[in-house]
Amino acid sequence: MTRETVLPAGDEPEPIKAIRLKHPGRIVFAVILVAALAIFVIDAAQRPAYGWDNFAKFVFDKRISQAAGFTLLLTIYSMLIAIVLGITLAVMRLSDNPVVKSVAWLYLWIFRGTPVYVQLVFWGLITTIYQTIDIGIPFTQPWISIESKGFIDVFWLAVIGLALNEAAYMAEIVRAGILSVDQGQEEASTALGMSWIQTMRRVIIPQAMRIIIPPTGNEVISMLKTTSLVTAVPFSFDLYGRARDISVEIYDPIPLLLVASAWYLAFTSVLMVGQYFLEKRFSRGVGQARPEKKGGTPTETVPIVTAPATVVDRGEEEKR
Amino acid sequence: MTADTTDTPMVHADRVSKSFGSNRVLKSISLTVKRGEVLCLVGPSGSGKSTFLRCINHLERVDAGRLTVDGVLVGYEERGDKLYELHPKEAARQRRDIGMVFQRFNLFPHMTALENIVEAPIRVKGVKKADAVARARELLARVGLAEKADAYPAHLSGGQQQRVAIARALAMDPKLMLFDEPTSALDPELVGEVLDVMKTLAESGMTMIVVTHEMGFAREVADSLVFMDGGVVVESGDPVEVLGNPQHKRTQAFLSKVL
Repeated sequence: MTRETVLPAGDEPEPIKAIRLKHPGRIVFAVILVAALAIFVIDAAQRPAYGWDNFAKFVFDKRISQAAGFTLLLTIYSMLIAIVLGITLAVMRLSDNPVVKSVAWLYLWIFRGTPVYVQLVFWGLITTIYQTIDIGIPFTQPWISIESKGFIDVFWLAVIGLALNEAAYMAEIVRAGILSVDQGQEEASTALGMSWIQTMRRVIIPQAMRIIIPPTGNEVISMLKTTSLVTAVPFSFDLYGRARDISVEIYDPIPLLLVASAWYLAFTSVLMVGQYFLEKRFSRGVGQARPEKKGGTPTETVPIVTAPATVVDRGEEEKR
Repeated sequence: MTADTTDTPMVHADRVSKSFGSNRVLKSISLTVKRGEVLCLVGPSGSGKSTFLRCINHLERVDAGRLTVDGVLVGYEERGDKLYELHPKEAARQRRDIGMVFQRFNLFPHMTALENIVEAPIRVKGVKKADAVARARELLARVGLAEKADAYPAHLSGGQQQRVAIARALAMDPKLMLFDEPTSALDPELVGEVLDVMKTLAESGMTMIVVTHEMGFAREVADSLVFMDGGVVVESGDPVEVLGNPQHKRTQAFLSKVL
């Protein structure tokens, strides 16, 4: 009869008061690092080659801030196109339709298999390769023929070049995300009478987003920096292109490299914060948010190493 | 198309067979489920019960034999003396009328309980949102979860999740409900609440096929019981009789372990 579920009063154990474990190694290492950093900074501040006066003069130069705007636009437009195209390609690759599947495979083969710099040079030459845009029956006299030069400007050629290359990578990221979603989800929505496209759009892709967002954030940051390659098109109004132009004018390259780096760094920092909030948004319904490790910065991305572990090859599944 | 005469069986399987590669999972299964009847499928794991259940709503394709639901052939269409594969759209239309409840619930984790339930009626049947929501609340109340409408699945217990899953299936107004081991993934103390919901559903006249290891439920609720092993129907009949006085050796061996 005596089932004691409550501790008798006064029997509370005393809280443990232990002396905290000391980490002397950490302190020593930190002191050495801070000292080394201080030496580097003091030295850099005095070194004439860095040209800090020119850095200060140009860091908020109107040409530079305009160029920063172009870099941002290149990043935003090409990522938007790449994400939409990437999702489309990923869904195509997972479709049952062999025709659609092969098209997606071919696209990936070409755009992932060649360097982005080379692709950008190609896009720059596209108006040379195809001098007119013809509408009509192939190999006969065209009905309408438009001069391709002046049809698209270099900015958009740069966007297309960056976007089409990036789409191939986005497709793989999206595909990994889709495959990480439990097979039961597709079964449940199929059993409810939803079509394959509805299942993808309403059930699978929203869940895949959680896996897709972190690497996509990395891709955006990477894209921001890849825009510096658009000089291959050639488009030279972006941050790096402009910085180089100015440095040629003033015969002093290093301060302008620092100017460009400072802008890139500022942008990537903002993007990292944005990524943190996006990740939070898409982890809805997955229990509590991951506990942030004490002392960790909020911008730490969750390692995506967990994704491949949950990827189940659907072909395997079918063999059950 | 739909033969609405009451004597058409809800499910009729005639020598249904299914293989995965060289592995024959179903070997000539024949059985009939009448309208309003509850059939329990029992047997050891790997006996093909789940596969048979999945064939009924065409999640798996039948290789041989004929399977009809409410008089309509599943997954194929018969024109003249030839069978034509159904277009996915048609297959989806067939599935609308068949509710399915899974062992692992398979609720959509990014949607609340209510959103889970209204999703298919709105997207598939084109029900107006307000109507779907009202109906969903009614169904949630019916499974005893009225206050959990806005909870995400991760914040519900297994038993609650499974009850939401049942409500989700019912929201499509199915004429047939399939249960694939609905209580096997639950903590023992949560099994009862799910079985209670299923029992009420059976009493309301729903036609149900239940793959289960809950012999108590089978005895109490089922109209008939089928024991499967190795892809064949070993024994079938009245649940009290089959469970109480099994004729076949394999049934006896299985029941001695689970009862």
